[in-house]
Amino acid sequence: MSLAAAQPVTSPGAIELIGAEKAFDTDTGSVRALARTDFSVRKGEFAVLLGPSGCGKTTLLRLIAGLEHPSSGIVRIGGRNLWDDDRRDTSAVADMGMVFQDANLFPWLTVEDNISLPLKLRGTEKRTRRSKAAALCALVGIKGFEKRRPRELSGGMRQRAAIARALSYNPDILLMDEPFGALDAITRDMMNIELQRIWLETSKTILLVTHSIMEAVFLADRVALLSPRPGRIQEIIDVPFARPRDITVQSAPEFRDIADHLRSRLEH
Amino acid sequence: MPAWLGSLILLALFLTAWEGYVRLFGVSKLVLPPPSLVLVEWARSLSEPNVWFHTWITVWETVIGFFFATLIGIGLGALLGKMPRLERMLNPFIVATQVVPKVALVPLFVVWFGFGITSKVVIASVLAFFPILLNTMLGVKSVDWGHREVLASLNATRWQSVVELEFPSALPFILTGMEAGVVLAIIGAVVGEYLGGSEGLGNLAVRDMNAYDTTALFAVIIHLSIIGFLFYGAVVACRRFLIPWHESARLQG
Repeated sequence: MSLAAAQPVTSPGAIELIGAEKAFDTDTGSVRALARTDFSVRKGEFAVLLGPSGCGKTTLLRLIAGLEHPSSGIVRIGGRNLWDDDRRDTSAVADMGMVFQDANLFPWLTVEDNISLPLKLRGTEKRTRRSKAAALCALVGIKGFEKRRPRELSGGMRQRAAIARALSYNPDILLMDEPFGALDAITRDMMNIELQRIWLETSKTILLVTHSIMEAVFLADRVALLSPRPGRIQEIIDVPFARPRDITVQSAPEFRDIADHLRSRLEH
Repeated sequence: MPAWLGSLILLALFLTAWEGYVRLFGVSKLVLPPPSLVLVEWARSLSEPNVWFHTWITVWETVIGFFFATLIGIGLGALLGKMPRLERMLNPFIVATQVVPKVALVPLFVVWFGFGITSKVVIASVLAFFPILLNTMLGVKSVDWGHREVLASLNATRWQSVVELEFPSALPFILTGMEAGVVLAIIGAVVGEYLGGSEGLGNLAVRDMNAYDTTALFAVIIHLSIIGFLFYGAVVACRRFLIPWHESARLQG
């Protein structure tokens, strides 16, 4: 187990945090959700933020996504500064797709309209949107459900649609905030396998937040372990298993060693 | 037995009881005419062009009043829903107007707008406006936060948020406001007609009252009920058509 800090890179599809921190103002004073943090993700890497509730992992992800403004520090996406004072760099945001714990599909739109919504916002014409949505449905495994409404889909299928939506405008980076947290354990395992497949097929950079050790070690190239009060990165661990990983890798002794190590660090 | 048949039987029983009561106890038709008489009178009135004229006046007042109430109610409601500071400033005034029974303002509107159609349209508008305004505000404020975050992550502009998210999100609320509003619009038009002028079904009702023609009065009530039913049904049909995706549209029989 080595502490592997990735070299900061400024290529497209890379993420860099330099001295970023976030404090929230509450009624009871200021809360440091994330202490000064340096972190980076290489292009094409699958990185995972792992930690218990309140450790700042979601805040870290949201700082990268541009959904939160850092109290101090720099966020760089694909070599570009995400913030210019209070203004977000829209092309940096366009390099990222976000998947939330709730699929957040619009109930008044069909699945294909939901998936192609980002394209509609960009002014893409209807026929292109339809074909792109169909291709994405096939990629994420919900082919045939294009004309259905979100309420007709199961939780796992909705998340697949949300992933498809995030991929629709071909961003370099996919940010995922506990995307499978609301799913049952069986569906969750299946979605982990599917996510690996989608990642290998699309070569995106993925940063995923989770509190599941098994999920983290199965999916990640590197796991950043966070601890709370204040939120900070405690340790970063390489996961050296070859791709594609079978679900049976979870029984391998090396896998268990890594998981045990993470678990013991989490219990402090 | 299907539900509609049960309703029909209940209606028949009610009418029979009414008829029986009037005949048995010799109730004067100036107080409570029997349904047989009412239905005959109502059927007869359908062939009277005068009645259609008054009906058309009331309908027209309701439609125009409702139209303006909807236009201003949705517009202002969307604005206030999106601007919490402005809403907080206007809140005491909104609450004050809610407390005032709008019907009490009818004589004032007659003073301001005269005895013609204008005052009725204004009254119908004012009455219908408030539920539409308040429901629109609620709808805009109730936009799902997760949906907002999705659009934020997609670089959506303010206008795109309004068109793609806020409007469809608020539509179920707006339609609820419109359902309440259309009923109030009819009430406003009719009450305005009670007070003054010489046209409309409300005016006809007052004339029948003064002439002690209770049977004709009942016929007017039936006219108004049918109009109310058609207006309300139209708005409800809008719900089915505009928001088929929403539970409220699917749960309707």
